[in-house]
Amino acid sequence: MLNRTRLLAVARKEALQLRRDPRSLILSFVLPVLLLVFFGYAITWDVTDIRTAVVDLDGTARARELVDAFHASGRFSIVARLERTADIGPLLDRGRIRIALVIPRGFAADLGTGRVAQLQAIVDGSDANTATIALGYTQAIAQQFSARILFQTRRVQLPVSAESRVWYNEELASRNMIVPGLVAVIMMIIAGMLTSLTIAREWERGTMEQLASTPVSRAEVVLGKLLPYLAIGLVDVALCSLLGVLLFGVPFRGNAFFLMGASFAFLTGALGLGMFISAVARTQLLATQIGMIATFLPAFLLSGFMFSIDNMPLPLRVLTYFVPARYFLVVTRGVFLKGVGPDVLWIQGLLMIAFAVAGLTLAVRAFHKEIS
Amino acid sequence: MPGPRLERVREMVRKELLQVFRDSRLKRMVFLAPIFQLLAFGYAVSTDVRRTSTFVVDQDHTRASRDLTDTFVASGYFRIVGRSDRPRDMVEALDHGRAIVGLHLPRGFSRDAARNNARMQIVFDGTNSNTATVARVNAERIVQIYALRLGGLEGHPPLELRDRAWFNPELRSRDYNVPAVMGAIMLILSLILTSLAVVREREIGTLEQLMVSPLQPRELVIGKTAPFALICLGDLLVIAAVAILWFRVPFHGNFLLLVLAGVLYLLSTLGLGLLISTVSNTQQEAVLTSFLVIMPTMLLSGFMFPVSSMPEVFQWLTLLNPLRHFLEIVRAIFLKGAGLDALWPQYAALLAMGTGVLGFAATRFRKTIA
Repeated sequence: MLNRTRLLAVARKEALQLRRDPRSLILSFVLPVLLLVFFGYAITWDVTDIRTAVVDLDGTARARELVDAFHASGRFSIVARLERTADIGPLLDRGRIRIALVIPRGFAADLGTGRVAQLQAIVDGSDANTATIALGYTQAIAQQFSARILFQTRRVQLPVSAESRVWYNEELASRNMIVPGLVAVIMMIIAGMLTSLTIAREWERGTMEQLASTPVSRAEVVLGKLLPYLAIGLVDVALCSLLGVLLFGVPFRGNAFFLMGASFAFLTGALGLGMFISAVARTQLLATQIGMIATFLPAFLLSGFMFSIDNMPLPLRVLTYFVPARYFLVVTRGVFLKGVGPDVLWIQGLLMIAFAVAGLTLAVRAFHKEIS
Repeated sequence: MPGPRLERVREMVRKELLQVFRDSRLKRMVFLAPIFQLLAFGYAVSTDVRRTSTFVVDQDHTRASRDLTDTFVASGYFRIVGRSDRPRDMVEALDHGRAIVGLHLPRGFSRDAARNNARMQIVFDGTNSNTATVARVNAERIVQIYALRLGGLEGHPPLELRDRAWFNPELRSRDYNVPAVMGAIMLILSLILTSLAVVREREIGTLEQLMVSPLQPRELVIGKTAPFALICLGDLLVIAAVAILWFRVPFHGNFLLLVLAGVLYLLSTLGLGLLISTVSNTQQEAVLTSFLVIMPTMLLSGFMFPVSSMPEVFQWLTLLNPLRHFLEIVRAIFLKGAGLDALWPQYAALLAMGTGVLGFAATRFRKTIA
């Protein structure tokens, strides 16, 4: 049975230990802010200022019009104008340019006579992601140009036109996708790196026997140890959300209480998992290593945080269903960007609660084995 | 002062390696961590956009509208996850995250198409900005091709784009990501193993024993770094082999140059590990500090996020990051087959940083144990 005095005593002891360990505190409060600033400000997948070389072999007004269209898009910064296609190679080799656009001789003549004119794009494919997006922008500009030419030369309007709209993240900024996800990742760091040490530390220092000889029950130990980290985690969620919204303008369209509730459940599960690892591993070194592999990395890689689950091969897609961060991420993004609430996210909410129960049970049971 | 004695160093290297390999769990870490990361980066970390889940609202119910959705499916970029004739269902599918793209073909679509002014709406879930950007370009292209065909233009727009990707013709993100894993793994292992090896001795009190032994500080430094350098180089070989043989990443460069880059890179990372050991008293502190160093080093290296998209201040900052230079070398050797003529600045940077960091670390290390 849980005794409140004993529970709080364990929590106080753990909090004291944490307070005396500046590095854990840095990890708890400085790292989240650091990550947020990195992702909010410096690190992005948005492709802008694509360094471009232009080889205009046609030299007509039409060709210049096309180059201007690239320039006007704001995505391409033209850093070189070359006379010969042979000059492209060295620039690509050295990484000076990302893409080269070649307008062949006869370009304007082809357009004028209704033949298919060609624009060649040579892209540095080594960074496939950036290359795909750069080619995408190129394609889009070529298409707009095509439609304009059709209209100008033949008075033909395309029978169908598409009106594209982007919802939830209207400016398509990777910042808006990453900041809500960071909340989940940071919690997994706390669970994987900090909690996984707590029980292993007692074993290594030999204080576990002392703890076992006190009247404290194992549920009290587990819950007591969990409380300070729970507090840290919730403060981090609030901190990240506030900074993300105020400093980086990430939209927050949902209900803050629902987010905190889901965070509470998710955090409880993650911390329980961390403690379970700690109890099983017994040494701090091994505990952190397992913690990294079992909690932090899946949250980072398999949750859809940055890499779309749709693109993964089937076995990995199946695996993602066992990564709780995956569901939590749906909640944070739903609340931040989509402004949806429990009516849409109730499945995820229930899964978070199930995760919390499972994490706590695992931690208490593993701890039991150790003492006996 | 006499130089380092070979047999004493050799004994210490042997002892350190024994300690790592006797600890079966530690041993597993040394080998499992690279494999796990390789699998993740080979399979999970794909930024290619295919089979995007799409919800179709077709209020027109004509052949033209069905043709258009078929064109979307046939492209391979989209897969239909649901159909309805109420726009509300599309909103719900996007809200729930069941679909990322919504196609809305309004009533009268084919009638308007005959009069050359049909409009359709495509909605994208921008939550994943990357996927949405690529999906949008694909969708708009498909609509244009469809429109040209419908207009009797046989799918030929007046301007056609011929694109070609150098160095990675199929634009597989795997080819870019998998070789880079060696940089990340070597960073993680050399930081954690080196700092722990010293701190563990400090914790269990055997560092004093080492100090009273005839080992000189310099020998101690070598003895505490060389074994992990060997392990890391072993991992480099394993990762290169898996990348080339299993993931079929092309290798166009010189293998010895790759190993040389690895050695120069290790100077910096081992130096960092040693530095961490001088400021840590417990294993826990060492692991946490390593983690605090590893995170920003990886994020600001171009490992997953391109340096060229960072603000200029940060781009300059990354020049101080050994991982950035090492990754540039690795990727250029694998994909471009580049040699020293193109890569010498990176090699020089690694050499300068490595000797600087390791030298500084060794001095500090000697002070803390003296």
